Amino acid sequence: MTLTLALVQILNGLQFGLILFLIAAGLTLVFGVMDFINLAHGVQYMVGAYFVAAFTAMTGSFLYGLALALPTALAFGLLLEVLIFRHLYDRSHLDQVLATFGVIIFLNQAVKFVWGAAPLNVPIPDALSGTIEITDGMLYPVYRLVIIAVGLAVGLALYLVVNKTRLGMLVRAGASNAAMVSALGVNIRFLFTIVFGVGAMLAGFAGAMVAPILSVEPGMGDNVLILAFVVIVIGGIGSIRGAFIAALLIGLVDTLGRFFAPTLLRVLLDPATASQTGRAIAPMLIYILMAAVLFFRPSGLFPSKQ
Amino acid sequence: MSNAPLQLQNLCKNYGALRVTDDVSVNIEAGELHAIIGPNGAGKTTLIHQISGLAQSDSGRIIFDGQDVTKLPMSERARLGLVRSFQITSILPRFSALENVALAVQARSGSSFNFFGNAAAEPKLNDTAMTLLARFGLAGRASVPAGQMSHGEKRQLEIAIALAAQPKLLLLDEPLAGTSHDESQRLINTLQELRRELPIVLIEHDMDAVFALADRVSVLVYGRIIASGTPQSIRDNAEVRAAYLGEEAA
Amino acid sequence: MSVNNFVDLDTPAAAALGVPARPGRVFVLPLVVFALFALVPLLAMQGPQSFILALVTRIMILALAAMSLDLLIGYGAMISFGHAAFVGLGAYSVAILSSHGINDGFIQLGVALAVSFLFALFTGAISLRTKGVYFIMITLAFGQMLYFLGTSLAAYGGDDGLTLASRSTLFGSKILKNDIVLYYVVFGFLLGAYLLLRGIVASRFGRVLRGIRENPVRMEAIGFAPYRYQLTAYVIAGMIAGVSGCLLANQTEFVSPAFTTWQRSGDLIFVIVLGGLGSLHGAIIGAAVFSLLADILSHYTEHWALIFGPILILVVLYARGGIGGLLGSKP
Repeated sequence: MTLTLALVQILNGLQFGLILFLIAAGLTLVFGVMDFINLAHGVQYMVGAYFVAAFTAMTGSFLYGLALALPTALAFGLLLEVLIFRHLYDRSHLDQVLATFGVIIFLNQAVKFVWGAAPLNVPIPDALSGTIEITDGMLYPVYRLVIIAVGLAVGLALYLVVNKTRLGMLVRAGASNAAMVSALGVNIRFLFTIVFGVGAMLAGFAGAMVAPILSVEPGMGDNVLILAFVVIVIGGIGSIRGAFIAALLIGLVDTLGRFFAPTLLRVLLDPATASQTGRAIAPMLIYILMAAVLFFRPSGLFPSKQ
Repeated sequence: MSNAPLQLQNLCKNYGALRVTDDVSVNIEAGELHAIIGPNGAGKTTLIHQISGLAQSDSGRIIFDGQDVTKLPMSERARLGLVRSFQITSILPRFSALENVALAVQARSGSSFNFFGNAAAEPKLNDTAMTLLARFGLAGRASVPAGQMSHGEKRQLEIAIALAAQPKLLLLDEPLAGTSHDESQRLINTLQELRRELPIVLIEHDMDAVFALADRVSVLVYGRIIASGTPQSIRDNAEVRAAYLGEEAA
Repeated sequence: MSVNNFVDLDTPAAAALGVPARPGRVFVLPLVVFALFALVPLLAMQGPQSFILALVTRIMILALAAMSLDLLIGYGAMISFGHAAFVGLGAYSVAILSSHGINDGFIQLGVALAVSFLFALFTGAISLRTKGVYFIMITLAFGQMLYFLGTSLAAYGGDDGLTLASRSTLFGSKILKNDIVLYYVVFGFLLGAYLLLRGIVASRFGRVLRGIRENPVRMEAIGFAPYRYQLTAYVIAGMIAGVSGCLLANQTEFVSPAFTTWQRSGDLIFVIVLGGLGSLHGAIIGAAVFSLLADILSHYTEHWALIFGPILILVVLYARGGIGGLLGSKP
């Protein structure tokens, strides 16, 4: 019983971690290559979820909705890049943080203005709405397994692109030394735009994928953004590999911690205190983990800049 | 057991696979001006970084004033009197020239964990700083923000700041870099005075200056010292001529 | 190595700092500001007094928190994105003690200072090992950690927060129930913090802190270890923000985890950039403009954030140096 329950929690943690990876991948590349802190990356995730909700409602099909939401999220990200972010690349980190904070304030309100403050629901597509039996008597939703599979596939694809292609080589070089890439005669602005677009689309994609299992609401990107920051800080800014490992770590620690902390503490404390303390400590675990990692490795696990 | 104030023993430093400092051993004797020369990329600045503590050494030992300082951070080495200047002018651009120097005086005079009183008005700090500025011909420029001074003035200020930190030994990283003929003449005169006061390690590209100033010269090529000796012996050294001086002459 | 990882120094306010200021002019603007604040309760008697008092009290509390952040960002080039955590610590100190029947203001203040001190020391010691972007994000994450702690404190209201049974008592008297008394207490703390911070930035310690902002490597080369000075400033700023939390809890008679969210930390940065970095009184001006703007805009539309967000973006893109810079308050 406990074992199967643990398995379910591990799958949940994996799924959560992979979603975090989709968001963190773009964030870490944009950081690494452009030295640009984009707090508004989280709203890209929110916007992706809203787009899929709107398009699904319009077309009546989640797949069509997704197919329409992805290019729209990409276009939206590029629009923000041209309108605002482009003017911030040469600015100080403080300016970047503040201006993109302004973008969050605006967009959180804008989706409320357009779609209302109430959460939207996106139905899980019929074909994926069932559950399958993973062990005796333990059912797991198919859709969550799909998220895991898609997350792994995207992770693999990103890994191949970054490590095996010329574009990927430029991105890696840019992350460790942007001036050098520029000196090689590569159009760095164009590279920025591609990296930014891909990052924005991945975050939008993550939002779209979770739309059927979470409620789509204003501000949904904010907390995810912080988690994505924790991921890239632990992983090392600019490192896809670091982001992948850290995202899974965070996903698992957070999910399993919430589940097991109260149980484990029961060994030390009486049940009522244990459950209260456990619930208080669990959400802090990932931050404690981050503090511990940075204490020993101030540039994360896989720093891409020396 | 040597009692040379600064002793480098088998210093090494790698950047990835690249060995930038390769088994460097040299003693800087009391009262000498020791120049380190070498072609671009020979690792001269890295060596200064290692001695000053801005970069940590991978292996080897640095003995300063009888104490092993190999693992100490730069700030603690500075407090022991091992003080450096920078090749790329490193000043506090928005601080006045006077405050730049006064802050270095403050570093060696009383506690800086003092939260009250106006530091900019402390006569003890300002008087010492003013004396130093005057010595470098900058007295009239005391209230000018350092960032607005001419390049030559900044190079003078850089050395004034280093002196204000009460060095027992001075590490100068290309003090003449980018200066005009007149400015560098002035700096050379300054160094002529300074060499009588304390030992100096000088990295410099200007060979005329090096041969005019140095008591001894070490030649660094690809992170190794290939020759060490009096200016005359270095001038006559065939290996040095092939590796370095010949290049310059050509 | 980058000379400055944190703050861009091309703001007029920052430009002014290194140069000994001409006394006199520098103090005109703060003097006017504090004189105005001192007179507000009198002026308010002509209008809707309780509304004005509440608004201006809130402005002063916000200014107090923002001013302490200015010590970090404006003078120390440490972009902390988790400063609201300290406001929350101060507020919860009051509320939790109060829920256990301890209403004495001095005890509450003492506990708030102690808790802020410890949290600042612990998080600062770890955060300051990192640089630049890492520092921004780690402070942000520590703030968020506290937020989640707040939401999980079921005994103290959890997500919903906690309503105070009463405001703090002073010498056993419930004198703070009077809004005018509370107003002047807040005023006193703001003035006290202003004078304290003014002293600190001009002191030996403050000069080292400003030097580290300009060029940390140079400071190391003359014998200063930046870490100790930055950590000390971080602790001082955290404790002052903790005090502002105590006052906030008393003013609103309510605390909630929302006090500590990163959006609140972002607001604090917005306030000091709006008012002009590195001037201390800029934080007060910024707090006033920020609060009034939010108040006025929310009168006209519930979607006031649609205007607020773009204003923030425009300030960053085009009004560098903030209102202080526009007013020409540089010496």
